Amino acid sequence: MTAATLKKPKATGPDRTILLVLFFIVTSAFLLISHNGDLLPQLGSVGTALRNPIVEALMVSLFLANILFAYLWRAAPWAKALVGVGSLLFVLPMAGREDTSLLDLSIQIMIFAALALGLNIVVGLAGLLDLGYVAFFAVGAYTWGIVGSPRFAEILKYFGENPGGTNSGTLAIGLVLTAVTAASMVYINRLTARTAPTAATAWSFRLASVGLVAGVILTVRALLVLLAPQADGLAGGLNAGFFWLFLALSIFAAAAVGVLIGLPVLKLKGDYLAIITLGLGEVIRVLANNLDLYTGGSQGITPIKSASVPWFDAAAGALGFTEDQYYLLFLYVLVLIMIGLILTVNVRLDKSRIGRAWVAIRDDEVAAQAMGVPLMQTKLIAFATGASFAGVMGMIFAAKQQFISPESFVLNQSIAILSMVILGGMGSFPGVILGATVVTLLNLRILPGLGEATANLGIPQQVNPGQLQRLIFGAILVTMMLLRPEGLLPNRRRQLELHHDENQEDESAQGNAGALTNASGDVYSAGLAPVKEDDKAGGSR
Amino acid sequence: MDLSTLLPFLANVIVGGLVLGFVYAIIALGYTMVYGVLQLINFAHSEVFITGAVVGFEVFRILAPVNMNGYLKLLIALLAAMLISGLLNVVIERLAYRPLRNAPKLVPLITAIGVSLILQDVLRVIEGFQGRFDLTYTLPAGFAAKFCSAESSCAPLGNFLRQIGVDVQLKDVILVVVALVSLGVLNYLVNRTRLGKAIRAVAQDRVTAGLMGIDANRMISATFLIGGALGGISGVLFGMKFGTVNAYSGFDPGIIAFTAAVLGGIGSIPGAVLGGLTLGVIQNLIGVMNVFGGALHLANLEAIDASYQRIGAFIVLVLILIFKPTGLLGKSNVEKV
Repeated sequence: MTAATLKKPKATGPDRTILLVLFFIVTSAFLLISHNGDLLPQLGSVGTALRNPIVEALMVSLFLANILFAYLWRAAPWAKALVGVGSLLFVLPMAGREDTSLLDLSIQIMIFAALALGLNIVVGLAGLLDLGYVAFFAVGAYTWGIVGSPRFAEILKYFGENPGGTNSGTLAIGLVLTAVTAASMVYINRLTARTAPTAATAWSFRLASVGLVAGVILTVRALLVLLAPQADGLAGGLNAGFFWLFLALSIFAAAAVGVLIGLPVLKLKGDYLAIITLGLGEVIRVLANNLDLYTGGSQGITPIKSASVPWFDAAAGALGFTEDQYYLLFLYVLVLIMIGLILTVNVRLDKSRIGRAWVAIRDDEVAAQAMGVPLMQTKLIAFATGASFAGVMGMIFAAKQQFISPESFVLNQSIAILSMVILGGMGSFPGVILGATVVTLLNLRILPGLGEATANLGIPQQVNPGQLQRLIFGAILVTMMLLRPEGLLPNRRRQLELHHDENQEDESAQGNAGALTNASGDVYSAGLAPVKEDDKAGGSR
Repeated sequence: MDLSTLLPFLANVIVGGLVLGFVYAIIALGYTMVYGVLQLINFAHSEVFITGAVVGFEVFRILAPVNMNGYLKLLIALLAAMLISGLLNVVIERLAYRPLRNAPKLVPLITAIGVSLILQDVLRVIEGFQGRFDLTYTLPAGFAAKFCSAESSCAPLGNFLRQIGVDVQLKDVILVVVALVSLGVLNYLVNRTRLGKAIRAVAQDRVTAGLMGIDANRMISATFLIGGALGGISGVLFGMKFGTVNAYSGFDPGIIAFTAAVLGGIGSIPGAVLGGLTLGVIQNLIGVMNVFGGALHLANLEAIDASYQRIGAFIVLVLILIFKPTGLLGKSNVEKV
């Protein structure tokens, strides 16, 4: 999205400044025209063609390609800045004013891009296969969903009717328990950092963590009971101004859940980790489905508030947005800022000590450990970082949809996010964003548009492309993996890893020239890829 | 509910869980075979197994008007399902996995997910052309009857079951017998034949096995054929057990069966069976937890009903993996397919 802020790739190919600007102007014009409700009917047959869902999806895709080209092509910096800023801050909101579904789509794309960036840290950088990533998204969404909606009042009412025990007492016990256990966990952690961990320290650490959870639960429960008299005042949920506080809280909540899930399971490797994260993701979904009091069960929670910023609304009004569009535009800008932040954090982390430790663990755990990388801690940081991005986006998602239910957090979502990461190119930030854009566009616009456009062509209902979304998506996944497994915009290191064999052949052909590539290729492949195996050895005999 | 009714109830639940567990176990074997040889989570296996269920449905549907012994119909259904699922699995391997043999693990994993999505829609389209979505099995008459009803003469097993107050349908017994027979055949195939030896060799070390003159590709194809055939069997059994399947219903049992395979120690055949049985029983027990909660006056247990079944499977998995990270029968006595 904010590709223009990224480090420029190595200048290759001819200068395409003029082409880029031309492309930007043409596609922007088309986008603005094709989403202008007043203008279209006057254009006659052209207008009808532009309203065709497939043409429309194409327009949107071509327009978004601007930003990609601004990143990829060699062009003057001013042109890149113009395309990046112009399309994201000017053209898209303007077209979105006429057709709010476009704003909605952009927010959705950016939410998924952020999720994919988060998962990219876990899977792409640290090499931990997480199939339950959407759970963290759910944590963020429910954190705000519960307090920013009438659900909160109902929970308070329930606890008002079932107070149980004396509350200030419970609160005191809960707080003390939390403090003591947290302190002892930190102490044990310090201790084991200096000396080798023993069975006693391991068990006391586990015990303390159980105590910590109990303490937090007691505290929260007591707080809820103490707050109960305010239930009526909070019938619509917390004041929307708390949005900002919870934006910060959701980061911590998701990160804490990431650590909680990570602590027991990160000892496992590879597929065991995959299946257990899948399981925990399902656990969170089933809990959301069954804890009716807190989550409204399968009915979900609605309506969920979004923050409102008066001066922003005034500005939006001046730009010609109607009142019911304010919140969409607000969220659009918020997500844009968020994704900029997340991208910055990502790029900086990648270059930091932690980032190198992640890659080291991904490539070879044993070697990394031998080199002094603290395994558990580094993996937990990866898990928690990825989770916190998902938490923030979950909250924004809840505010955008104004409705959340367990349906939005199914395993298929985790898989879709994983496929974004892999389609785009694992470990490569622009690639991951591109992957998220492509998959979201496919799922939300192109495939449904295909169904709509071909509805009257006499194709039997059963094989109408609109009905075959899974098949088409699956076919794209398989084809991509077969033809270009490193992704659309591969990470350089990863490309080396995947073309390990060819590199080796190159080297033998060129003598010493490829030695460097080959040596690094060997190191990279040790962790993720199996050692080079030649299947034909058996086949030919 | 007092103790005198609670105990037979518990026995019923456990027996039902074991029957379910056998279905899971056979599905889990399909995962574990492929995993043992290729170290790949074959996400498409859940669709391979649903293909078997669809084939079984078609055979039962076509044969429904034919006057034929019910067991013969079942045999035909099983063979057809084994054949088609097995071949399907081989084709999938040839087209989607073999070209990616040397790629990093995640790549074939994504391919597997893609294949599974494709198969779901293909199945739906095929059945959709005949105006069907939910396929309801028409089992031969008598299969749904009680095993050893009072009128018929009974084997000692039937008498014993009746004494402890357990109701078993004939189809459940058939299901267990079929599962046990296929387990026996698989065990023979893997441990006693040349083919099995070759497969085990490839599973241990593909390169060295190749040097010893074993055609690794053919052995991998054979593994996929056997895994797919097991998937076919389990599909028919699943259809018999639950009565209704559709193109998308493979997902849930697939995940649980994979959990079972991991629980038992993935790559180990007895492990898969043990895991499947454990999960089947646990699932059934959790499904009736509220009954026990009611009987024992425990309000917290009363809230746990059938909707928590899947969580139970995963929580057990988490606990076991935390304490024994290789699964119940993993590593120490590893028996890779």
